[in-house]
Amino acid sequence: MLNWGKDMYQILKAEKIADKIYLMDVHAPRVANNCLPGQFIIVKIDEVGERIPLTICDYNKEEGTVTIVFQVVGASTERMSKMKAGDAFQDFVGPLGQPSEFAVEDFEEVKNKKFLFVCGGVGTAPVYPQVKWLKEHGVEADVVMGARNKELLILEDEMRAVAGNLYITTDDGSYVRKGMVTNVIEDLVVNQGKKYDVCVAIGPLIMMKFVCLLTKKLELPTIVSMNPVMIDGTGMCGGCRLTVGSEVKFACVDGPEFDGHLVNFDEAMKRQQMYKTQEGQALLKLREGDTHHGGGCGCSGSKTGGNN
Amino acid sequence: MADRVPVREQDPKVRATNFEEVCYGYNEEEARAEASRCIKCKNAKCVGGCPVGIDIPSFIREVENGNMKEAADVIAKASALPAVCGRVCPQESQCEGKCIRGIKSEPIAIGKLERFVGDWARENGYVPQKPETTNGKKVAVIGSGPAGLTCAGDLAKLGYEVTIFEALHEPGGVLVYGIPEFRLPKETVVKAEIENVLKLGVKLETNVIIGRSITIDQLMEEEGFSAVFIGSGAGLPKFMGIPGESANGVFSANEYLTRNNLMKAFREDYDTPIMGGKKVAVVGGGNVAMDAARTALRLGAEVHIVYRRSEAELPARVEEVHHAKEEGIIFDLLTNPTEILVDENGWVKGMTCVKMELGEPDASGRRRPVVKEGSEFTLDLDTVIMALGTSPNPLISSTTEGLEINKWKCIIADETGKTTKEGVYAGGDAVTGAATVILAMEAGKAGAKGIHEYLSNK
Repeated sequence: MLNWGKDMYQILKAEKIADKIYLMDVHAPRVANNCLPGQFIIVKIDEVGERIPLTICDYNKEEGTVTIVFQVVGASTERMSKMKAGDAFQDFVGPLGQPSEFAVEDFEEVKNKKFLFVCGGVGTAPVYPQVKWLKEHGVEADVVMGARNKELLILEDEMRAVAGNLYITTDDGSYVRKGMVTNVIEDLVVNQGKKYDVCVAIGPLIMMKFVCLLTKKLELPTIVSMNPVMIDGTGMCGGCRLTVGSEVKFACVDGPEFDGHLVNFDEAMKRQQMYKTQEGQALLKLREGDTHHGGGCGCSGSKTGGNN
Repeated sequence: MADRVPVREQDPKVRATNFEEVCYGYNEEEARAEASRCIKCKNAKCVGGCPVGIDIPSFIREVENGNMKEAADVIAKASALPAVCGRVCPQESQCEGKCIRGIKSEPIAIGKLERFVGDWARENGYVPQKPETTNGKKVAVIGSGPAGLTCAGDLAKLGYEVTIFEALHEPGGVLVYGIPEFRLPKETVVKAEIENVLKLGVKLETNVIIGRSITIDQLMEEEGFSAVFIGSGAGLPKFMGIPGESANGVFSANEYLTRNNLMKAFREDYDTPIMGGKKVAVVGGGNVAMDAARTALRLGAEVHIVYRRSEAELPARVEEVHHAKEEGIIFDLLTNPTEILVDENGWVKGMTCVKMELGEPDASGRRRPVVKEGSEFTLDLDTVIMALGTSPNPLISSTTEGLEINKWKCIIADETGKTTKEGVYAGGDAVTGAATVILAMEAGKAGAKGIHEYLSNK
C-alpha cells in the first residue's frame, strides 16, 4: 500500500529549459498512478507558500513521477525556480480537473479523428502528454508550436518524437518561420487543404482567443485549456469561474478544457489581471528585500495592500 | 441565585483591527463560580440538547470541585473537540436552550465551561486514552473536518486501524479553511485537538482527493479498507446568478475565507494575496456571512451585510451578530442585490439593490421577502462577497459505483450513516447540506457506530 504519510514530494530532476522556463520531475506516486492527459496539479513550496496550479507535462506510473513545466511570473514561481534536485515540495496534489475528452471517450471514434494541436509558449507542456497519449494509442496528430523567439521554444525534440507533422513558428522569425500560430493554421487548412476534425489549442489567453476566432471561421471545433486563478482546485473557492456560452463554469472541476468557441476570453483576460499588481509587488519585495518597504514610492509594498 | 458569570472579551474597537481571539474565556475561578450555578438536575435536559450527548452535569460538577482532569475525562467519552465546540457550537439553541436555570434567569454558560475544560486539557498536556491493541480491520475516513475527525476518533477507540484522507494540505476542514482565527485559533486550539485524534493511532494522508487521486472502489479493492466513511462536507459555493458576478472584486465567501484562514493571507509573511477592499458588501446573513464581514473589517474595509429578510430571520448565531455590530459592521437588512456594477476594466464599482418587505411565511416557515416597488438604489463598493450557502461536491458520488445522491447532490444515508453502497457510510454536510460543526460531529459518531456494527457482524 502507498503510505507516505506526511512525507514531502521530492524533486528528482530540475532544469532550466528556456529563459524563465523550468522543468521538474517530482515524486508523487498517487498522482502519477491516476492521471491522464488534460489534468493538472497544485503545488505548494512550503508552509508560507501559495497553492500554485500547474499543468502536467508528463508522468511515469512505474517511477511514480510527474513532470511539471512552469514559467516565472511572480514571487512564488521565482522561488520555485531556485529549487534543485533533492529539494522537496511540502505539498503536491492531483490529478485535478477532467481528463481530455479523447482519453475517456469511445476509442473507436477517437482513432478515426484527425487532430491538430496548437501550442504557444509554456502551453507546449500540457499539449505534449496529449500528443504522446495519442501516439501510444496509434493516432498521429499534427502539431503547431509557436514561441516569441527561438530561445523560448521548449520541448521541441520531445514533441517531434510523438507528433505526426510538426510545424514550428516564431514571432520574430528567429527559427524555422516568422509568424503567428494562426498564420500556420490558415496555411495548413486554407492553402494546403488539410482536413482536421478537432483542434486543441493551449497557450496564452490572447493566443487561444485568436486561434478560436480563426477556427470558428474555418468551422473547426476547438478545445482550449484554461488556467485561471484558483486556490483549492476542487471546486471550493469559485475563484476560477469563467463564462462558457451562457453558463458559469469552474475551470478546476468542469475543466480545465472547454469548447473554445464558447469561452468568454475577454472576461477571462480581465480576471487574470486581478492579482497582477499584488503579484508584481510581491516579486519586487522578494528581489529587493525591505528596500521596497516605504521606499518612497507611495505604495505599501504589501501583498495585501492594507495590512501594515 | 447569582447571575451568570460574564466572560471577558477583547475591546471591540481594538479587535476590529486584529485577528486575535475575540473572547478570552473563563479563568479557573470564574469557571468554578459559573459551575456552582448549575443545580445538577437528575433528569438533565441539557444532555438531550447536545447532539453528541456529553454528560454535562457530571463535567460541570467536576469543574465546580476543581477536578479538571476528571472533567476532561467526562467530555472525552463523548467528544474529541471540546475546545472547538465550546467556541463554535450554537449552545443557545442546544444545551443552554434546554437549561432549567434559563427559565427564570440566564442558563448556565455550558459552552464557556466546555471551552474552559478543553483549554485546560490542552494547556496541561491531557492525552486521551489510546487502545492497547487494534483489531486489524482497516477503515478509511474521507475528510478531516468535524465529521471525519469524530468518526475516526471513535473508530480508533474501538480498535480499528483508521486512515483519514484529506484533499487540502492541512487537516481540519471547515475548522481550518472556514472559521476565522478570531473565533477559533488554529495553531493552539484546532491543531491540538486534531493531534489528540491522531494520538489515538489514527493515520492521516493529506493531499489526497478521493475521486481523483484514488477512488473509493480502489481504496476497498486495492488498499484493503473494509469500510469507508465519507465526511467530505459541502464545499461548492453558490452564486446569485445576477449580472456582474464575474467581475474582478466579486468573491465567494469560501474563497475570501480560505485565502485568509487556510492560506493566512492576512499575515505579511505568507505568500497568498487577498483583496482587502475599501468598501465591501457581504451578501447573506448566516455565520459564514458574519465571518467574511468581520474578516474584511479587520483587513481595513467599511463593511455592509446585505440581507433580504429582517434581523429576526438572520440565520447567524446571536453572539456572532452581536459581535459584528459591536465591531462596526453596517447591517443593510430587507435589502436584495439585483446587479453588480462593473467599471470599464472589469472591476466592481457598485451594486444595485432593492428594498424588501416581509410577506406571508414560505416553506421554511420564515416570512417571505417581497420587493418594494420603486425602491431601487445603488451602493458604491469595490468588493462583493457572496455568502449564500454551499452544496456538496459531486466528485466522490460521480466516481463511486453504486453511491446514490438526492436532487440536492447530497449523499443518501440513513441515521446510522449507511449509504446505498455496501461498507460505505457517510455523514455531515455531505449528507445534509451545509449545517453546523456539532451536527457533523453527531453524524460522525453515528457513522462510527454504524461501521462498528457492520464490521462486527460481517
